[in-house]
Amino acid sequence: SFKKKKKKKRKKKITDPKLLNGSVYLCMTNCPTLIVTVGLPARGKTYISKKLTRYLNWIDVPTKEFNVGQYRRECVKIYKSFEFFRPDNEEGLKIRKQCALAALNDVRQFLTDEGGQVAVFDATNTTRERRETIIRFAEQNGFKVFFVESVCEDPDVIAENIVQVKLGSPDYTHCNTEEAVADFMKRIKCYENSYQPLDEELDRDLSFIKIIDVGRRYLVNRVQDHIQSRIVYYLMNIHITPRSIYLCRHGESDLNIKGRIGGDSGLSARGKEFAKALSQFIQSQNIRDLKVWTSQMKRTIQTAEALGVPYEQWKALNEIDAGVCEELMYEEIQQRYPQEFALRDQDKYRYRYPKGESYEDLVQRLEPVIMELERQENVLVICHQAVMRCLLAYFLDKTAEELPYLKCTLHTVLKLTPMAYGCKVESVCLNVDAVNTHRDRPSVRLTNTHPLSMSVSLVVKKPPRLLSLKGKCAVIFYIYLVCFSPAEELPYLKCTLHTVLKLTPMAYGKTPFLN
Amino acid sequence: NFASFAPINKLAYLRGARATHTSYAFLLEFPKPVCNVPQFILLTFPNLKGMPRELTQNRIQKIWIPSKDGKPSMPRTCPHLANPPTVIVMVGLPARGKTYISRKLTRYLNWIGIPTKVFNVGEYRREAVKHYSTYDFFKSDNEDAVKIRQQCALAALRDVKTYLTEEEGQVAVFDATNTTRERRDMILEFGAVNGFKIFFIESVCDDPNVIACNILEVKVSSPDYQDCNKTDAMEDFKKRIECYRINYQPLDPDRYDKNLSFIKVIDVGRRFLVNRIQDHIQSRIVYYLMNIHVQPRSIYLCRHGESQHNLQGRLGGDSGLSTRGRKFAGALAKFVEEQNLKDLKVWTSQMRRSIQTAEALNVPYEQWKALNEIDGGVCEEMTYEEVRERFPDEFALRDQDKYYYRYPSGESYQDLVQRVEPVIMELERQENVLVVCHQAVMRCLLAYFLDKSADEMPYLKCPLHTVLKLTPVAYGCKVESISLNVEAVNTHRDRPEELKRGQSTLIRRNSVTPLTSPEPNKKPRIEGLDDTIVREVTIPGVNMVIIS
Repeated sequence: SFKKKKKKKRKKKITDPKLLNGSVYLCMTNCPTLIVTVGLPARGKTYISKKLTRYLNWIDVPTKEFNVGQYRRECVKIYKSFEFFRPDNEEGLKIRKQCALAALNDVRQFLTDEGGQVAVFDATNTTRERRETIIRFAEQNGFKVFFVESVCEDPDVIAENIVQVKLGSPDYTHCNTEEAVADFMKRIKCYENSYQPLDEELDRDLSFIKIIDVGRRYLVNRVQDHIQSRIVYYLMNIHITPRSIYLCRHGESDLNIKGRIGGDSGLSARGKEFAKALSQFIQSQNIRDLKVWTSQMKRTIQTAEALGVPYEQWKALNEIDAGVCEELMYEEIQQRYPQEFALRDQDKYRYRYPKGESYEDLVQRLEPVIMELERQENVLVICHQAVMRCLLAYFLDKTAEELPYLKCTLHTVLKLTPMAYGCKVESVCLNVDAVNTHRDRPSVRLTNTHPLSMSVSLVVKKPPRLLSLKGKCAVIFYIYLVCFSPAEELPYLKCTLHTVLKLTPMAYGKTPFLN
Repeated sequence: NFASFAPINKLAYLRGARATHTSYAFLLEFPKPVCNVPQFILLTFPNLKGMPRELTQNRIQKIWIPSKDGKPSMPRTCPHLANPPTVIVMVGLPARGKTYISRKLTRYLNWIGIPTKVFNVGEYRREAVKHYSTYDFFKSDNEDAVKIRQQCALAALRDVKTYLTEEEGQVAVFDATNTTRERRDMILEFGAVNGFKIFFIESVCDDPNVIACNILEVKVSSPDYQDCNKTDAMEDFKKRIECYRINYQPLDPDRYDKNLSFIKVIDVGRRFLVNRIQDHIQSRIVYYLMNIHVQPRSIYLCRHGESQHNLQGRLGGDSGLSTRGRKFAGALAKFVEEQNLKDLKVWTSQMRRSIQTAEALNVPYEQWKALNEIDGGVCEEMTYEEVRERFPDEFALRDQDKYYYRYPSGESYQDLVQRVEPVIMELERQENVLVVCHQAVMRCLLAYFLDKSADEMPYLKCPLHTVLKLTPVAYGCKVESISLNVEAVNTHRDRPEELKRGQSTLIRRNSVTPLTSPEPNKKPRIEGLDDTIVREVTIPGVNMVIIS
């Protein structure tokens, strides 16, 4: 999907010279950046790279992550034990080096030929020698290098991380929890001997950020440009405290009933009913320190008023500005501005209403909201259709093409809970009738029929993995299942020889796929 | 009036159970001896809080407010900031740029709408001791002096408390060396007692060139060294630094100070150590500090050339340049060439008139949507007369409070500041930049660089066909105004006479009072010391040089 987006952009560039200069991010288009993670295994390097990739892609900086572990797994199909990672295992060393080189090769291709701006090179890179190789590689190709080191000595955090993600890795499909943990600990030991952390003095000329104890402290050295400064700011704002984000739209408004877009009308009778239902729902959830955010439009404020709790208004959450089309019906727009209407269907993400905004503008406007959402814990955001789509696209890692067609029904609350590398979505319909405001993509094409088919990076960008169903892994497995959009992924499911799959329906097991 | 005929034993307040959360209940219990009256009475009332309140729209800001409150509440554009006030405490040896950082930070925070003020202990000291003789004053064994300095710090802290608790301040910057743990512990104690969050900013620098540069630029011209020559002043100041160095205990992230929130700025922004960021405001401060630099550079601000709509006296719109406007674009190209700038970046808005102006320069430029002119909403493309005719109320409201006034389905200056904030952040990162923008946007940018209050911002003069060259110097910014001698219409509307003296309802305070500001500099007062003669302390702030 990423490539598709790129192609589209290029096409636009040729036809519309204005777009060439149009992006705010032109100020970053000097040379591409290579982000290199540094740290022992199970320090959250992959978590950081995935999250960063998702954020940068969302703010329209083409980014891709290259996980060397993935290359290694492709190269060596069956993982036996930590012996592979011992520094005196020469064959292992050779293979690992080859994998790193292969990944770097792909990085070069992505940054020079495929129009990528940022590549995240996700590996341990614990030795100075390895880092120097990367720096030389970058110099030859004219990339800037930025190191992200994660240091953590807290055994609890490490253990948690191992249980949460490493056990689900294909490496440990064949053994039980204790064995896997023991093996992984030994694997970490293999790296510890040769680990040379980034040094304030020795590495004083490099650009890097050192994240100490999961964000308790940061050391930042030589930030060179806009993009690095953005990355540093983002990394300083994310946290891993468990929490949930609730997204919903305002209750049905008078203009919704009339089928008119935009405007600043009040709630309809059914909308008010939804507001009450929402209030009850929030009470039943019993959430600690819930913050409620609304836009500055009447319908969201009316919805929030019914909750009887303090709330905050953000102008940035206001609905997309439809310019001259405000308060018109789709039919009227089609009649009055037939050309505009057609243009919008052509590229809904980049289309800007005359004197109004595009989804692209909206993403820019919402960036501070996302940054603050990352900082906060439990939040309920009462917003609007287009705004909710943008927010949802960030959390579910949707491309610009899918974003404007995400389904955000009225009177439905989405509960997002960050887990492992992705985000769990629960859709709660509050059973209050409302009009449908969704307009499907017009052309005939294969679309996802599953209402909430998420393409978390975890799944889409990797070949499907086999996961063992042990303890916490069940949840990951659930995500894995839900993530499939059956039609597209089904013929590519991996069903390896000599492997038994045991499926046990659990807490979240009632997915259409399992049935 | 139950109480009048029977004493009430207990008035129990029962919150309705969760299921019936729509009501409140009160249980009245009467003492036994009173007959005819039941011993318990249960009163229930509907929970008014739970009922949706009617919304009314504030006419100036166009914000929906529950009508129960009646009065317009303060704008909440940065909502998450409503937590306890913050005291920012500077740490570092003299001449490490502490005052530079505090002034700049204060200017930024004030501009984004967070009321902030600097409290410079040095100024309190200068007021207490009128005549500074030599560095002896700062020796740690000079007991009298130590006492005076301690008192100055206490006086400043008292003012900090007044500012944060009574004067609606959000952030106070406590600008002193604070080099000892003892002193810092005292401040932490002060913060804990008053419920203020404490955030330390330590500036560490060992490059002798940078320090010498700093001494020459600001310290030598300080009132302390009025009567001596530069070399003597330099010598004395260096000894003064030594006095502090003996007792200097830097912030220790590994042990002693590991639970504090702080940022260490090492070697003028080459490296940063950030520890325990607590909230939104601290994260904003850290981000800002990481983006500023001290490289010499100039920022050029100008508006687009005169447009067709300008000629007709119409607001907003997206028209092209007039003939004179195109002439200005040519003149601007020549001017930029003459300035001969290294790596000049040109930024425009996404509107036709500013892009047309930039096109004439024949250099690459970048378009920012954030630089677009203020959105006039329903008033777009009207003349002022038409607005007055069609929306007489709106017209009057705008004059009442131009900063907070939001056009119907448009924007206010306050909205504009939020929108332009990323541009300011990027301007701080860049070196030489020419910004071709619009009247209201230019006012916002100018207000940031010149530290103007919300009251003054919408009335700053930004005429067409004039380039403002801003060069950062010492703690402020030098402004040169260069008219390119191409005629243009005047688009400036002065503040209506009758409202000139009226006090705005929503006050936004200034950080460092600039010399041009009407507000007098608040004089610190120190108890226990004679305060008969107070010499004026001039703050090296904004210098205005006008070259026509």
